[in-house]
Amino acid sequence: MLELQNVSCLVEDESREKEILKNISFKIDDRFVAITGPNGGGKSTLAKIVAGIMKPTSGKILFDGVDITNMSITERANLGISYAFQQPVRFKGLTVKDLIKLAAKDRTDTPDICGILSEVGLCAKDYINREVNASLSGGELKRIEIAMILARSSKFSIFDEPEAGIDLWSFQSLIRVFEKMYEKTNGEILIISHQERILNIADKIIVVANGEIKDIGPRDRILPELLGTNTTCPALTEKM
Amino acid sequence: MDQIQLTLLEEIAGLHEVPQGAYNIRINGATDSRSTTENIDIVTKTDVSGIDIYIKPGTKKESLHIPVLLSQSGLKETVYNDFHIGDDCDITIVAGCGIHNGGSAASEHSGIHSFFVGKNSKVRYVEKHYGSGDGNGERIMNPTTVVHLDEGATMEMETVQIKGVDSTIRETTGDLASGASLTIKESLMTHGKQTAESNFRIEMNGVDSHVNLISRSVARDTSHQIFRSEIVGNEKCTGHSECDAIIMDKASVSAIPELTANCLDSELIHEAAIGKIAGEQIMKLMTLGLSEEEAEEQIINGFLK
Repeated sequence: MLELQNVSCLVEDESREKEILKNISFKIDDRFVAITGPNGGGKSTLAKIVAGIMKPTSGKILFDGVDITNMSITERANLGISYAFQQPVRFKGLTVKDLIKLAAKDRTDTPDICGILSEVGLCAKDYINREVNASLSGGELKRIEIAMILARSSKFSIFDEPEAGIDLWSFQSLIRVFEKMYEKTNGEILIISHQERILNIADKIIVVANGEIKDIGPRDRILPELLGTNTTCPALTEKM
Repeated sequence: MDQIQLTLLEEIAGLHEVPQGAYNIRINGATDSRSTTENIDIVTKTDVSGIDIYIKPGTKKESLHIPVLLSQSGLKETVYNDFHIGDDCDITIVAGCGIHNGGSAASEHSGIHSFFVGKNSKVRYVEKHYGSGDGNGERIMNPTTVVHLDEGATMEMETVQIKGVDSTIRETTGDLASGASLTIKESLMTHGKQTAESNFRIEMNGVDSHVNLISRSVARDTSHQIFRSEIVGNEKCTGHSECDAIIMDKASVSAIPELTANCLDSELIHEAAIGKIAGEQIMKLMTLGLSEEEAEEQIINGFLK
């Protein structure tokens, strides 16, 4: 269970202070929650604050009742929080196998890695010894990023726009990855997305715009509203 | 061999005991043991310290180990090893030097290795340098490698110096005949107050010759490294050099790549990049549960692999 209490985040922007999150509070205890809303509205900041990559200026973050506001990224990771970057990081020298083994804390052997890679639609034979460097395409990097999260089988996994920067063909199979993950995993998933098909498998949807929560509720109520009106969120409907 | 020497042998050659095939083990300035085969002969030089190695034409799938161990503090030596490799061979040569200095005087090994590689031969050459010991005496290694590749010959050279060498000047030169190909992979790490200088000069003299030089290094603490690579294309050829360095703490690195094309059809490229470990790389590994220090170690180990 994740709870945010009055979380605000101020950043310096061209020597002016800008509030990118404004007094956000919510509690989620659902298996699959999607955050959506216009670009620049604060969604990624929210995810980074939960993973510990950014620190809030004020407010509290509770994970399973424990105050994690001042915990490091590592401490949060070890409590069971995973975070898939919107733009996956490249590593000169580290291979797909190295990263998946690190993610799984060395618990996995080669057959396990093959299984994890095939979950995200990659053939282990072609990828296991590849370096995670600039020779991989955006879509391949995204899949490897997701594979690392699968390898961790964490309590709470955050995905920041997994569909961003991947081609249409990859997108179709990516959706299936999340649909499958929803069926299989026992952990909770928080996913930032603009895609209707991803929102469609969420139990709950949070709409974030302009640093605030515009709406929060079950998919059955929120999704028709998002799709049916141009006034709620024009940038989002344009994308969809 | 005592325990220190056995440890050094394992570090530089991955050997737990005397190797299979041909070998020459040099300990504290003298030959400790030697084995030759029908195709590989090893002869002690009479004019200077060192050995001549003769590999018969057509020798395939054989290996040669020539480790050098120094465990006596204050010993300084210059050793000349010449490798005469016949035509159409396919062999692996493992060299390396381990210095354990438990005393206060500097120990120094300068190994000058010359390779005369015959036509269409394939050589894999692995060289590892390692230093240990808690004495104040410096551990100094100055390896020189000279490579002459005849027509159609290929050589892959892997050189690793990761730990414990206080000062090093590495010189590597090569000349390539038609169709010859040279690949060099260098991994270097310096820490403390260490200094390392690595100089390469490769001349491509034959048509369709090729060189690929990849150097990856990590400089920590207050150590300093200089990397110079000079690639000369005298004929239709392709050459590529890449120097990637990670700097940490208060270390410094200079990279000076140089290309000279003396022929319209030489295609030469160099890349050089120096920088600290990207913050997002550390962050990514921390999201997998590693501490900042563990993340750095993993990134460095992968980079130097």
